[in-house]
Amino acid sequence: MTMQRPAPAADAAATTPPPRRASRARRRSLVGAAYAAPTAVMVGLFFVTPLLLVVWMSLHKWPLLGQPTFNVPDNYTGIGDNQLGGSAVWFTVKYTVIMTVLLFSLALGLALLVQNRRRGVGFLRTAFFLPMAVGFASASLLFLGLLSDEIGPVSDGLRAIGLVDGYVSWTSGSGTSALGSTVVLVLWRFAGFNMLIMLTGLQAIPLEVYEAARIDGASRWQTFRRITLPLMRPTIALVLTMMITGSILAFDQFWILTRGGPDNSTTSLVMVIYREAFIRLDLGSAAALSVVLLAVLVVVNVVQLGVLRRRSH
Amino acid sequence: MRSLRTPAAVAVAVLLTAVLGACGEDEAPGGNSTAGVDDGAQLTLWTRAATESVSKAYAEAYNAGHKNKVTVTAYPNEEYPAKLASAAGAKALPDLFATDVVFAPQYASQGLWADITDRFAASGVKDKVSPGHVRAGTWDGKTFAVPHTVDMSVMLYNKDLYTKAGLDPEKPPTTLKEFAEQARKIDKLGGDVNGTYFGGNCGGCVEFTFWPSVWASGGNVLDDKGTTAKIDSKEMADVFALYRSLYDEGVAAPAAKDEAGPTWLGALQSGKIGIAPGPSVWLGMIEEKGVKMGVAPITGLDGGESTFIGGDSIGIGATSTKQAQAWDFLNWTMSEAAQVEVIAKNKGVPIRTDLASNKYSSADPRIVTINSLVAKGKTPYAKNFNASFNDPQSPWLQTVRGALFGDAAKSLADGNAAITKSLQQG
Repeated sequence: MTMQRPAPAADAAATTPPPRRASRARRRSLVGAAYAAPTAVMVGLFFVTPLLLVVWMSLHKWPLLGQPTFNVPDNYTGIGDNQLGGSAVWFTVKYTVIMTVLLFSLALGLALLVQNRRRGVGFLRTAFFLPMAVGFASASLLFLGLLSDEIGPVSDGLRAIGLVDGYVSWTSGSGTSALGSTVVLVLWRFAGFNMLIMLTGLQAIPLEVYEAARIDGASRWQTFRRITLPLMRPTIALVLTMMITGSILAFDQFWILTRGGPDNSTTSLVMVIYREAFIRLDLGSAAALSVVLLAVLVVVNVVQLGVLRRRSH
Repeated sequence: MRSLRTPAAVAVAVLLTAVLGACGEDEAPGGNSTAGVDDGAQLTLWTRAATESVSKAYAEAYNAGHKNKVTVTAYPNEEYPAKLASAAGAKALPDLFATDVVFAPQYASQGLWADITDRFAASGVKDKVSPGHVRAGTWDGKTFAVPHTVDMSVMLYNKDLYTKAGLDPEKPPTTLKEFAEQARKIDKLGGDVNGTYFGGNCGGCVEFTFWPSVWASGGNVLDDKGTTAKIDSKEMADVFALYRSLYDEGVAAPAAKDEAGPTWLGALQSGKIGIAPGPSVWLGMIEEKGVKMGVAPITGLDGGESTFIGGDSIGIGATSTKQAQAWDFLNWTMSEAAQVEVIAKNKGVPIRTDLASNKYSSADPRIVTINSLVAKGKTPYAKNFNASFNDPQSPWLQTVRGALFGDAAKSLADGNAAITKSLQQG
């Protein structure tokens, strides 16, 4: 009985923490906020502010110098009249589908090839990843030189072994050859990088699962379909998101290698945005196109990640 | 005493205000003074790579004799418009910047250059410099840019190949049809020698080299305001048809179909091209490679002569705080001393029409030929020139490709409508 404290005092102790503990908690949250502050400032300054500025810009006629004037919804309605923009949308979609299928297949194939440790695998992994060390603009220029009939060795080599005849133009001869040259460049540059990501996904699968499958008599194909692919889903979701986003935002490879030609057949959406901003000097229109493209990217990524995550559960 | 001191103080104050005001006038951006100021300011000048050497030659000569110092920065041609637009957006334009003369109306209309109307009027050279450049730098009756360099399109021909083909190297073609015949004869030399070459995948190259033939034949490409295209004319169709036949016959080098600009000079420097229209400034660059070149005017189908007067215009960056000093440099570049001792001495074309004949040009008859063309040529004027003609995504390049390698009649008709629409876009 003597141990029992009066009820009001106990209530007070339960509802109001001692002042020292409260100030410690507040200090801890302040310290946490201080740690997060630099990142928050960076995100706010370099991501959120430009994003809001682009949205604000898209609502105005925005001259290079001087006062912007509000012109909603002209910049957005103008998108429909942009014929080059229309053809660029279809080309970008086509390029994204081709690129994603080919790059995914090649990267997964390479990852499976170098999955297990054996002689020479280290060399192969390095060789596949090496193109990633070359800057993308430099890689595009490198291909421009290699594929040139005037100065590059590719056409000469193919002529020597009888595969081609006469003058060949890989980068501007036809829409198909220009797209093909770009696809080869991007595959060369990015296959090794995506292989590396898939390799980490493959190696995260416990060996015991494979051993159990082998004991159960599963074939290689069954193991791949029933074990490798389902357990790789989070990794696949990641690389597909990166591939699709990268392809929709394609610019350097077309800007340098094909200049969007021949006859605008390889003009990507981002090239159209660049033209609106820096050739036509219509920053408002370029901003509106960027906002629409951003919205499309957000929708594609939400749907894609949603589908792949649901399946992985 | 008190009554005496007050008027004296007022007088001193008025005097001080007047003196300070006068000082401020020279230093303030857009001040009313039309004289340049040489007070040791550091000036930045941006230019495109194509004319970098001329800008640097001007700067070196100016720096040697002035307190102001000009530093030249050059950017690759393709990246230059974007670089300028970004700098303008950030309100950080250089003190001076030059640009392709055909882009000048767009920059002037956007207010990227400071208004130099009064300064230019007081310079005394307004009527003596390339009129096409002056018009290009004028918007709404105000002057924003002055001529910086002049580069014209001419026929460049390989004298050794002419001799080998049995042609007289001193008798270049006087009509475009003769040009085609001479190119065919040279092409018959065989091997890796070709009759001619052009930039079939380069809108800027084609306008620079084909349009003079249209002008010389009596046709036009644009209306005076630069808002309506006239490329569906008979003259334009005939000029394209002639070059197309040269390509189809294999007289033009196969690479001409893909030439987007970067390897154009290299092809002529190889010494394996008989005759081709090209920039006059390449004369020296080709001869540096040991190729003996002749120069002739670009002709019309049945005669006449013309040229595309290109080159650069230059103005004072609208955001510059050293406008009086920048004008001092601009004013000097247009002086006789600069034009003769910097431009003519280096075999360039003076921007001053009254200096076309000078002590250096008379030493080389080819330079006299080039200089004499200034009076016969044109500089097209259109606010949306870059988007309509020079940009790789322009409707002009698509038209060129169709006219040279596809359905010519349809391409020229469709192209005319598309280019007019592009020229009229706000």
